[in-house]
Amino acid sequence: MTEATLVQAVNRALHTAMAADPEVLLLGEDIGVNGGVFRATEGLLKEFGADRVIDTPLSETGIIGTAVGMALYGLKPVAEIQFLDFIYPGFDQIVSELAKFRYRSGGQYPCHVVIRTPYGGGIKGGLYHSQSTEAYFAHTAGLKVVVPSTPADAYGLLLSAIFDPDPVIFLEPKRIYRSVSGEIPEGDHREPIGKARIVREGTDVSVFAYGAMIPPATEACQSLEGEGISAELVDLRTLSPVDSPAVIASVEKTGRAVIVHEAARFCGYGAEIAAILADKAFYSLKAPIARVTGFDTPFPYALENLYLPNAARIRQSVLDTVRAA
Amino acid sequence: MLLARAFDERCLTLQRQGRIGFYVPAMGQEAAQIGCGWALDPADWLFPAYRELGLALTRGVTLDELLCQFFGNAQDRLKGRQMPNHYGYRDRNFVVGSSPIGTQIIQAVGAAMAARRRGDAIVTIPFFGDGATSSNDFHAGLNFAGVFRVPTIFFCQNNEWAISLPRSRQTAAKTLAEKGGAYGVPGEVVDGNDVHQVFRAVRTARARAIAGDGPTLIEAQVYRLGPHSTSDDPRRYRSDAELAEWKQKDPIGRLKHELLDAGAWTEEQDAALLEEVRGEVAQALARTETVGPADPTSFLDDVYATRTPALDEQRHYLEEMLKAGMVRQ
Repeated sequence: MTEATLVQAVNRALHTAMAADPEVLLLGEDIGVNGGVFRATEGLLKEFGADRVIDTPLSETGIIGTAVGMALYGLKPVAEIQFLDFIYPGFDQIVSELAKFRYRSGGQYPCHVVIRTPYGGGIKGGLYHSQSTEAYFAHTAGLKVVVPSTPADAYGLLLSAIFDPDPVIFLEPKRIYRSVSGEIPEGDHREPIGKARIVREGTDVSVFAYGAMIPPATEACQSLEGEGISAELVDLRTLSPVDSPAVIASVEKTGRAVIVHEAARFCGYGAEIAAILADKAFYSLKAPIARVTGFDTPFPYALENLYLPNAARIRQSVLDTVRAA
Repeated sequence: MLLARAFDERCLTLQRQGRIGFYVPAMGQEAAQIGCGWALDPADWLFPAYRELGLALTRGVTLDELLCQFFGNAQDRLKGRQMPNHYGYRDRNFVVGSSPIGTQIIQAVGAAMAARRRGDAIVTIPFFGDGATSSNDFHAGLNFAGVFRVPTIFFCQNNEWAISLPRSRQTAAKTLAEKGGAYGVPGEVVDGNDVHQVFRAVRTARARAIAGDGPTLIEAQVYRLGPHSTSDDPRRYRSDAELAEWKQKDPIGRLKHELLDAGAWTEEQDAALLEEVRGEVAQALARTETVGPADPTSFLDDVYATRTPALDEQRHYLEEMLKAGMVRQ
C-alpha cells in the first residue's frame, strides 16, 4: 500500500497495466512529453516509449477513431480526452462505432477501448471545462460508464476497465484529483465494475452519489448525526451497468432516498435511479424521492459555487426527506 | 465483375418484390472494387462502406452469406441486426461497416498502427465515396496517417453523386486526390472503369506502404449507374443524357471489348458466362429461401461480452410477450 492522490492513482494504474501487458497503450493530446495537462500520464513516456504513449494531433474523433481501429485489431488502447467538454467531436465514434461494434458484427468484433476523461465543475472552468454529461454515455447501450471517487477506486476500477472486454468511459472527477488522498494497493488489484460501495451505513435515509459529490455528501451525512439522523451513503461508482440490487437494498432498509449529482437535473442520471426505486422499491418508500443536482442551465463560470450541490444543500434535502415522513 | 452485376440486378428485383427491405447497388463500380481487391493480400484489413459488393466477392464472401445477411435470417452472421449491405466477416478481414459516413477512415489508421506495433506486414484500406471526403473522419484519418506514416491506402470511389449532390458541389478542389497533399499523403487519380489501372495503382501503393513509405490516397473515378439505394430516384437530380454517356464507359462492357479485340474472348463465351452467373445467383437465392428466421431473442445478445441483469430481465419480458402472442417477428 502507498499513499496517493486520485490523479496519482490513475497514473499508477496506467503504469501497472502497461508493465503487465505490452498491448496496453495510451493516446491523447499532450500526454507524452507534457505528461497530460493534469499530469495523469507523467513519466509514462520515459518508461514505455513513444510507441506506447502517443501524442496525437488535436482531434478527438481522430483519437477515438484511432483507438477503435487499434482495439478491433486486438490491442488495448486507453485514450485520454483532455476534458469531457471536448469529447463531442468524437461522439459519433463513441456512439455509432465503439458502442456498437460487438453488437453489429454479431459478436465478431469486440472493441475494448477505455476513454479516460476529467469531468465536472469546481475548478473555475466555466462552460467548457466543467460539465458533467455522464447521462449521454450511460444512455448508450454497449458502453460501460465508471466514476471513481477515491484513489483506491480510481486505481482498482481503472485496472478493471483496461482489462474489461467492453468499452469503458472512465470519468475522472478533476475537482478532487488532488484534494483527496489515500492508500492504494500495489500490483494488479482490481475493483469490480458494476458494484456500488457503501461509504457509510445508516438506517434512516439513503444518499446516492458519485465522483466529486462524495466529499460533500459525506460531510452532509456526518453533520446529520448531530440531529439524530442515520444516513447511509452509497457511492454508485459504476453508472452503467448500474448496481440495481445495491440501490434497491439500501432503500428497502432506510425507506428514503436522496440522489445527488452535479449534472443538470432534467434527464440527469438521478432520474434513472429514481425510476429504479419507483419500480422496485416503491412500497418501501416512506417519503418522496429527492434529487440534489445542478441547475438546468449551462455551467456558469463565476457563479459555479451556486450551481454545484454542496454539503449544506444535501444536508437540507436529507432533513426535508426525513421530516416528510 | 459479371457475377457482381448479375447479383446486383437480382437484388434490386428482390427489393421491388418486397422480399428484402432495402438494397444498395454497386453497379458501375465493379472494376474499381475488383481491381483493388485483387491487388491486395488476404491478410490486409478492409474497412468497407456499404457499397462494396465487388470487393466482398474478391474476399470469397459467398452469395449465400450475402443473401442471408439481406434477409436477416438464422444463418446471417450478423444475426439479423444490420440493414442489407452492412455486412462484415472477421475471418476474411472484412470489417463490419456502418451507415454514418467516413467513420471507418480513421479506424483503418488505428488498425494500421496496431498492425505495425505487432510486426504484421499488412496494409489497411478504408473504402469510401466522394461524399465522405467532406466528413470529419476523412480529414482526421488523412492527417493522422500523414503524421504517423501508417501503411494505409485510402481508396476513394468517386462515383460523381453523393445521393443528389454532384461532385462539383462536394468540394471546390479540382480532384479529391489532391486533398492528400495538405496532409503529406500522396494522392493519385485513376480511371476506375479500367480494372488494370486500378490494379496497378493499388499494387504500387501497397508496395510503398509495406516498405514503410507511408499512406496513399487513391481516387478511382467511376459512376454510380444505379440509384444511391432502393429508396432513391436519381431521375430527380441527374439527366438521362449524363447516365447514357457514362453507360458508354461501363467497366464491364469495356473489359469485354478489350478481350474481344485481343481475341481472348468470344460473344458465345460471354453469353455462356452470363448465363452461368445468373444460374449461380438463382441457386443461392433458392437455398437462402429455405433458411428460417433469426432467433427472436438473440437481439439481446452481444451488447456486452456478458448479458447484464437488466438485459436478462428484458429478455424474460420479451419471452413472455412472445409466448402470449403480444409481439410478432
